[in-house]
Amino acid sequence: MMRVPPFKYVAPKTIAEAARALRDAGPEGMLLAGGTDLLPNMKRRQQTPKVVIGLSAVKDLRASLRGADGAVTLGAGLSLTDTARSPLVADAAYRALTTAASKVATPHIQAMGTLGGNLCLDTRCNYYDQNHEWRQAIDFCKKAPGPHGTAQREVTHGTCWVAPGSPRCWAVSSTDTAPALVALGAEVTLVSADGERRVPVLSLYKNDGMDYLAGKRRDEVLTAVHVPALVGWRSTYWKLRRRGSFDFPVLSVAAALRLGPGGVVEGARVTLGSVASCPLEVTTDALVGRPLTDEAIAAFADHAAKPARPLDNTDYHLSWRKRVVREYVVGALRELRGDPPGLLARSAARVLPVLA
Amino acid sequence: MSPQEHEGGSAAGQHADAHKVSHTRGGGPGGAFNVVGKARRRVDGRAKVTGQTRFADDLVLPRMLYMKLLRSPHPHARIVKIDASRALAHPSVKCVLTGKDVPIPYGILPVSQDEHALCLDKVRHVGDPVAAVVATTEDEAEAALALVDVEYELLDTIADPEDALSKPEPRIHDYGDDGNVHKRVAFEFGDVEAGLAASDRVFEDVLFFEGNTHLPIEQHATLAAVDENGRVVVYSSTQTPHYLHRALVKALGLPGARIRVIATPNGGGFGGKSDPFNHEVAAAKAALVTGRPVKVSLNREEVFYCHRGRHPVLMRFRTGVSHEGKLQAMSLETLLDGGAYGSYGVASTFYTGALQTVTYQVPRYAFRGCRTFTNKPACGPKRGHGTVQPRFGQEVQLDKIAVALGKDPADLRLMQLAQAGDLTANYLKLGTIGLRECIEKVVEGSGWRDKWQKLPYGKGVGLACSSYLCGAGLPIYWNDMPHSGVQLRLDRMGGVTCFCGATEIGQGSDDVLANMVAEVLGIDPADVQLVTGQTDVTPIDLGSYSSRVTMMAGNAAIQAAERARDLIAGPAAKKLGIPRDRVAFQDRRVFDVEDPSKGLTFEEAIVVAEAEHGTLGTVGSYKPPQSPAKFKGGGVGPSPTYSYSAAVVEVEVDPATGWIHVEKIWIAHDIGRALNPVLARGQVEGSVYMGLGEALYEESAFRRLPQKLSRANVHKFPSMLEYKSPTTLDMPEVVTYIVEDPDAQGPFGAKEVGQGPLLPIMPAVANAVFDAVGVRVDRCPITPEDVLRALDDKAKGGAGRVGPAAFPAIGWPEPLKVPPPWEGGDGTAVNQKPRRSRPAAAGK
Ligand SMILES: Cc1cc2nc3c(=O)[nH]c(=O)nc-3n(C[C@H](O)[C@H](O)[C@H](O)COP(=O)(O)OP(=O)(O)OC[C@H]3O[C@@H](n4cnc5c(N)ncnc54)[C@H](O)[C@@H]3O)c2cc1C
Ligand code: SF4
Repeated sequence: MMRVPPFKYVAPKTIAEAARALRDAGPEGMLLAGGTDLLPNMKRRQQTPKVVIGLSAVKDLRASLRGADGAVTLGAGLSLTDTARSPLVADAAYRALTTAASKVATPHIQAMGTLGGNLCLDTRCNYYDQNHEWRQAIDFCKKAPGPHGTAQREVTHGTCWVAPGSPRCWAVSSTDTAPALVALGAEVTLVSADGERRVPVLSLYKNDGMDYLAGKRRDEVLTAVHVPALVGWRSTYWKLRRRGSFDFPVLSVAAALRLGPGGVVEGARVTLGSVASCPLEVTTDALVGRPLTDEAIAAFADHAAKPARPLDNTDYHLSWRKRVVREYVVGALRELRGDPPGLLARSAARVLPVLA
Repeated sequence: MSPQEHEGGSAAGQHADAHKVSHTRGGGPGGAFNVVGKARRRVDGRAKVTGQTRFADDLVLPRMLYMKLLRSPHPHARIVKIDASRALAHPSVKCVLTGKDVPIPYGILPVSQDEHALCLDKVRHVGDPVAAVVATTEDEAEAALALVDVEYELLDTIADPEDALSKPEPRIHDYGDDGNVHKRVAFEFGDVEAGLAASDRVFEDVLFFEGNTHLPIEQHATLAAVDENGRVVVYSSTQTPHYLHRALVKALGLPGARIRVIATPNGGGFGGKSDPFNHEVAAAKAALVTGRPVKVSLNREEVFYCHRGRHPVLMRFRTGVSHEGKLQAMSLETLLDGGAYGSYGVASTFYTGALQTVTYQVPRYAFRGCRTFTNKPACGPKRGHGTVQPRFGQEVQLDKIAVALGKDPADLRLMQLAQAGDLTANYLKLGTIGLRECIEKVVEGSGWRDKWQKLPYGKGVGLACSSYLCGAGLPIYWNDMPHSGVQLRLDRMGGVTCFCGATEIGQGSDDVLANMVAEVLGIDPADVQLVTGQTDVTPIDLGSYSSRVTMMAGNAAIQAAERARDLIAGPAAKKLGIPRDRVAFQDRRVFDVEDPSKGLTFEEAIVVAEAEHGTLGTVGSYKPPQSPAKFKGGGVGPSPTYSYSAAVVEVEVDPATGWIHVEKIWIAHDIGRALNPVLARGQVEGSVYMGLGEALYEESAFRRLPQKLSRANVHKFPSMLEYKSPTTLDMPEVVTYIVEDPDAQGPFGAKEVGQGPLLPIMPAVANAVFDAVGVRVDRCPITPEDVLRALDDKAKGGAGRVGPAAFPAIGWPEPLKVPPPWEGGDGTAVNQKPRRSRPAAAGK
């Protein structure tokens, strides 16, 4: 078995203590929530913090409530299982979030993994999510250069094997809940030793496989997610993966829609996941103000698929993933229109029945 | 004369050369079955589900050390220098081994002794071990790997068979046919070219089957120690303790009596634990050097480096048929990507051409196979060993033939099934064949006649059949001894202990042994104490491969149990005052068939028998019948009998994306007789599961980096997350039919079930995809990308096919020409001096 390297463990009890511990640890410190991303990364030596700040004793991170305005606050320490089952987000408006949470990895990992950890999930790449020994065999890559002296040929330390000529890393944003929360117009609270701020979920991210969390400072703890009251909205989340469980998304479409009288679209938000190093928000002007006809959906899907840029660093062939974007957008919108589920909808939905 | 006419007179099971009498009746009164055929909890089930089973990695011995292997980061390189001094200076490191400490080569086949515990002068794939570090903790052993300094001189990478054929240099091995070609074989059974020329239609298809791996849940582990008597004892998750024993004798240079191999229960094997492995030899050596127990537990990535999985195979079929679709002649060429070592590869190569003749009558048949060396982990035997890839090709081609001729694929098969007792064109002697019933069951159950070519666009059904060996007819090394032995010890407390070298790998071999003994002696399987897989204690069984254990250990157990019954029956009859032939065994009693109230308990019967004979013990053994094939290379393919399966798969395919959804699978398997129906079903469903993974998801794919920048050649994803094995949610409903056509060769008529039912799944999926959307994916796995490409191709006016374009020129040798039986052949080659057939090899 691969083992975690040695580290110092700190267990704060309050958010303030956690923020101070994170500041004090400096670049050597990392937060640990469910550990389902960080611990495998430590075993593979992609991330090797010297100080690990465990959040499981911070009760306030699990607090959730509905405000007077109907907006919902979910604690960042809520498990994905509890997120998916929370009565606060049982309404069809929030289905994108609950579906996304219930499709992360496996039921076991959903029980451990947290909402906050999911939003801060490391970007993924088939050249990077490998053992140290494997990465040594390709001479490492830009995102995780080998420790000095272990590379066989020093020259390639900075190469991105996915796009060798490129100056940046193209590792893929693979979080399920982020695209869903972006489509729901959610915000997050970030707390550091010197203050607190609230920002839109989308602003956390940058389209860069290494600096993907550019919107959050290293010393900030993500403490809560705020989803607005979404009266009259409905939403959905389509996740593409080879198998019905375990797999990270290789494409996802989160869509939220408010339909008015006569089926006219009054509001629409569509986000693509896993086709770039950050979630991609799609402009929906073309949809709003008219009925959701087959033609409107088809034209919008062509438009939505354009910015998707899958590369050869996840499961499935990149050109196929690009092709499927369009079909998934069509499928998600048709579902929101109320069409009966077709084959794609049924396979996108493969999910274990939630046990009471 | 057709093969059927030729064989017309022979009935099932009348093998002239059969050693064994048939046991198709039970051990109870009047031939009733006591245990056989009853659905029972397997004897090892409780321990498995409660966690009491101790796997190799669970074992701990006092003062145990841990070993880690330093593995090559390069696909192909010369080792210039290894300096372990920094590692040896580490305070907790007890020993560092390198190639020169264990320099004697070994390998599973006598013809491929090309492996070393630790690479001697060259590394041949990423992951090849160059040094073993032994330390007081696993963490420290791991950390000290970085302190071993290895200097390499890089060599060009041979990445695939095309590379191997076009680049004879640098040679991966200095043996083999030539350059990087390991082995070419060629046979011709009748004038196939003339047969093709005389056929009404000739179909030519080139198909590719990608490699895949076993993915047992238990990762390999070994614990080696020097015991109280100075012998080396090796506990290991191996399917073949006897072959490991032989390899250790050779590599360690110790007499066999000084080495004990104990096969721990395997948490899955599927052929992936059938070779002697470098970590096993290195651990044994380290135990000898340090005088302390040494454990090595591989991580998942290392299991991918052990591999020995399914060979990637490119194949070309040329098949001639009559207007009605009767096969006239078939030519098959295969090209195998062998990876870096021989392993079972020579046998695998033969197997790619062995079983084309056992399902349908093929009057003339030619086979040419070529295995290449490449810089990747070695391929070897995986469930269905070597026969899976050409079965895919053959069944897909038959589907194409049926469609082209306007015939129902089920009828096309039914009109030319091989017949029980046939001797095939390549001299395989067939036993019973339940294939007709298998096809009828799945056709009826699935509603095939109302579905094939009748479902709406996007939905389809596909059918395929298969057959598999019930044990290889020859051992891996040449010898005249039994393939399996069983020893029974009966004690006066009523216990029966069964000793057998067979290895429980999850397939249920322990249960079969208990079943056989209990059946004959009329006791409960739970009364049978099993001691298995220990080379110093148990009689030899060659191992859990080639679906041989039920057939061979089962027959040996019956023989031993019958001898025990005979020992008991006489004294018991005397005691009861009845003639001996009235003694019956049932319900733990030994009694008078004519007055069942008159009897002894099983314990009492043993007591009278022990008083009469002294200490009670018996032995039994089994050796398969001699094969009628007398030509060189004819040793791969013969088996006491063959199992048969048929499957119908129903799919739905999304034409916009190519997405494939498997709706339902119907499978029928001719098992001869189901000894324990629950286990039989489990094996069938497990095979379907594994087959579905191969059909849709699993690929041992490799990645090269831009060659200007790097020579790397790495397994794309040596992890359980990215190597896509199906999950519960991907498993469709499976309807299983057990077809029982008892075979005189089998124990109580039983045939194999561990491998055969896997084979029809992949071609049935391919055929179903064609029925659904009218495109052919002539490669496996069948992915949505391929389906969509084929649909695009069709939309542009193409053939609607994806798959390999051509089969390369191989430079085949002159084939061995063996006229088929109905052309006057006698099993010898006309262009080879007749001689005794040698075991070219045998395999899983
Ligand atoms: C086999 C497997 C399959 C998976 N499949 C999926 C999948 O399909 N979809 C998916 O989205 N994910 C998947 N994951 C990843 C992971 O399980 C989830 O993303 C999970 O939600 C991560 O949450 P966690 O609490 O375990 O995070 P951790 O591992 O504890 O942390 C992840 C990262 O977030 C940081 N972090 C955690 N909490 C906070 C906080 N409050 N404030 C600031 N930073 C924080 C950590 O420092 C770390 O960098 C998979 C993981 C595995 C092992
Ligand atoms: S995208 Fe390039 S730099 Fe980033 S992880 Fe993958 S190979 Fe490395």
